[in-house]
Amino acid sequence: MYKIISADFLAPDIKRFIISAPKIARKRKAGQFVIVRTTEHGERIPLTIADSNSTEGTITIIVQGIGKSTKEINSFNSGDYFTDVVGPLGHPSHIENFGTAVSIGGGVGAAISFPTAVALKEAGNHTISIIGAKTKELVILEKEMRDVCDEVYVTTDDGSYGEHGFVTTKLKNLIDSGTKIDFILAIGPLPMMRAVAELTRPYGIKTVVSLNPVMVDGTGMCGGCRATVDNKTVFVCVDGPEFDAHLVDFDTLMKRNNTYRDFEKTALEHFSCHTHQMFDAAVKEQN
Amino acid sequence: MPELTKKERMKIPRQVMPEQNPEERRSNFKEVNLGFTEELAVMEANRCLQCPKPVCVEGCPVGVQIRDFIKLVSEGDFLGAAAKIKEDNVLPAVCGRVCPQEEQCEVKCVTGVKGEPVAIGRLERFVADYERTHTGIRTATVGAPTGKKVAIVGSGPAGLSCAGDLVQRGHSVTVFEALHEIGGVLIYGIPEFRLPKEIVKAEVEALKNLGVEFKTNNVIGFSDTVDELMGEGYDAIFIGVGAGLPYFMNIPGENYNGVYSANEFLTRVNLMKAYRFPEFDTPVFDCKGKNVAVFGGGNTAMDAVRTSKRLGAKNAFIVYRRSEVEMPARVEEVHHAKEEGIEFIMLTNPLEFIGDEQGWLRGAKLQKMELGEPDASGRRRPVPIQGSEYIMDLDMAVIAIGNGSNPMIQKTTPDITHNKRGNIVVDENTMKTSKKGVFAGGDIVTGGATVILAMGAGRKAAGAIDEYLKDPSVW
Ligand code: FES
Repeated sequence: MYKIISADFLAPDIKRFIISAPKIARKRKAGQFVIVRTTEHGERIPLTIADSNSTEGTITIIVQGIGKSTKEINSFNSGDYFTDVVGPLGHPSHIENFGTAVSIGGGVGAAISFPTAVALKEAGNHTISIIGAKTKELVILEKEMRDVCDEVYVTTDDGSYGEHGFVTTKLKNLIDSGTKIDFILAIGPLPMMRAVAELTRPYGIKTVVSLNPVMVDGTGMCGGCRATVDNKTVFVCVDGPEFDAHLVDFDTLMKRNNTYRDFEKTALEHFSCHTHQMFDAAVKEQN
Repeated sequence: MPELTKKERMKIPRQVMPEQNPEERRSNFKEVNLGFTEELAVMEANRCLQCPKPVCVEGCPVGVQIRDFIKLVSEGDFLGAAAKIKEDNVLPAVCGRVCPQEEQCEVKCVTGVKGEPVAIGRLERFVADYERTHTGIRTATVGAPTGKKVAIVGSGPAGLSCAGDLVQRGHSVTVFEALHEIGGVLIYGIPEFRLPKEIVKAEVEALKNLGVEFKTNNVIGFSDTVDELMGEGYDAIFIGVGAGLPYFMNIPGENYNGVYSANEFLTRVNLMKAYRFPEFDTPVFDCKGKNVAVFGGGNTAMDAVRTSKRLGAKNAFIVYRRSEVEMPARVEEVHHAKEEGIEFIMLTNPLEFIGDEQGWLRGAKLQKMELGEPDASGRRRPVPIQGSEYIMDLDMAVIAIGNGSNPMIQKTTPDITHNKRGNIVVDENTMKTSKKGVFAGGDIVTGGATVILAMGAGRKAAGAIDEYLKDPSVW
């Protein structure tokens, strides 16, 4: 059992958990993930470690409630326990002093890109962060990013905050205005990552994405997380999760991510109204 | 009962184990075999000739004293029989179910020369079940504490048998498991209808009672490396992580939705209990009314295809590139599968998978084969018949062509030597690896094999570890 030390909503449906997991806190590096199982009936859900504190023995994860399982995670509160937390899994991000490094986080991807942005800064890069969100209230970690990065830009799809447009709009502006970019890490929904990859391809800018396919064990045992990279099959959990964006077959990945769509609907319907009410109440309370 | 003569014993027919009828069982996950009754067990035990030199024991990878436990069964001393088996085998309820006795002990049995061999496996199973249901699994005796600590990596059959032997010798044993449940392939791989999980749990409980400590959610290689375990004060380490890297066929279309490795399909159903979705959160492909093909001919392929049938598949096929005689699956499993309505398509190999626009599997292009000259495995090599290609409509496919070794430990511990195929290299007699204090056994050494071979390796290693702990200067 893994105790939740604190849990608070950063935005509607996006919750930050600090969990007691001393061993993982000690070992984990930027870019690695954990697998969380909420209860004995739960799925094994891969979640990137957003931060850690080895003195306190805690790790931070940030979860967006989309399907049943993530919504259920978000119904947990401080003082509750997750049944299983295992990690750190996957390869750490490849960090070096590239020169100018841009970390792009779409939606909850901002949280996932945060530890790597920190590591890139520590490695001596000039770091630029682009945070993208649908709308103002979904912008997360802006302050944390500002504390770390040399430049931070926010874009919203509806223009309610920061610059109007997508993360790629901003990225293109930067490139067009002559900013010399040596490295890009893009994390977010698949269409966003693909758009970034397509944008940077002609410029030959080294671009890395962090993939989050459906997983079961997270240790290379099942192959459920496979993706096509450079025309070869990889197991994202052990070969990744970060890959060269220009080599990833996003199309297949997007299709594979639909495998359990119908089940997700059923699961959500079964997710009791009771939990929903509690969840909504919690959101209200915090806002 | 008066002593039976040899002749009388030989006249008793091999007793048939009751099983759930095929019609009923193909829609449930309850165990297929129901086990002997006490009467059937005694009757079967009476068939044993009590040979002065029991050759059956030679066939047993862990050396169970078969003749002696069967004698106790024939005398009605079932608990005594259980204790006798436990001297050599820590998981009898598991082995009685999944060991290929027909290739090991039973194939050697002298009554099998003229008639049918004594049903050793069924008796073992009966005895273990009797003990569990009548007294609970009884705790064997544990030796005086030696003060030595052993870490066991992997809680499958190799790890569990190694743990059992070492704890009995007074060592303190900690087992590290990557998943959230103990048992490795016994939990994630072998289905409920062949090995009820309750039985594995009971056997694990018994080990806990002996003092074995289990740590789940520990992926050695990631959570801790082997060197870090050494640093934590373990005097010896046994690696029994199994062969956990599923092979795919590397043919076009293998990443369509609906194409699974057997590991994934079985793990979802067995470990994650997807067959009870939505009560359990993990889904698996909805087989109801669908066409399912499992590619491969081993026990795992049988497990997968029979699972798909239980999940409601309309047509469930085994597609295998050789012929039925070459299939590595146990005869009993093949027989059960056929009874349940599984269709066998032999001498056929897939060339590619066919999918739709949305990425869903729709079929496979298959090619007929014929048998040519024997290959390296001694089995006749399948040779494609040109022009025999055809399309089979499919909604789900499971690839069950075996597993390679998961490279996690080898990658993070470079001084443990492994071969080209990624298997850890050990001394055959002591299971010692190239790294001092580290032993290995089971599928990580041999590549995909059987539960009992892994257990045998675990035992062998336990003996060598015990020796080593007495005098660590000798390596
Ligand atoms: S999640 Fe099973 S192999 Fe990656």
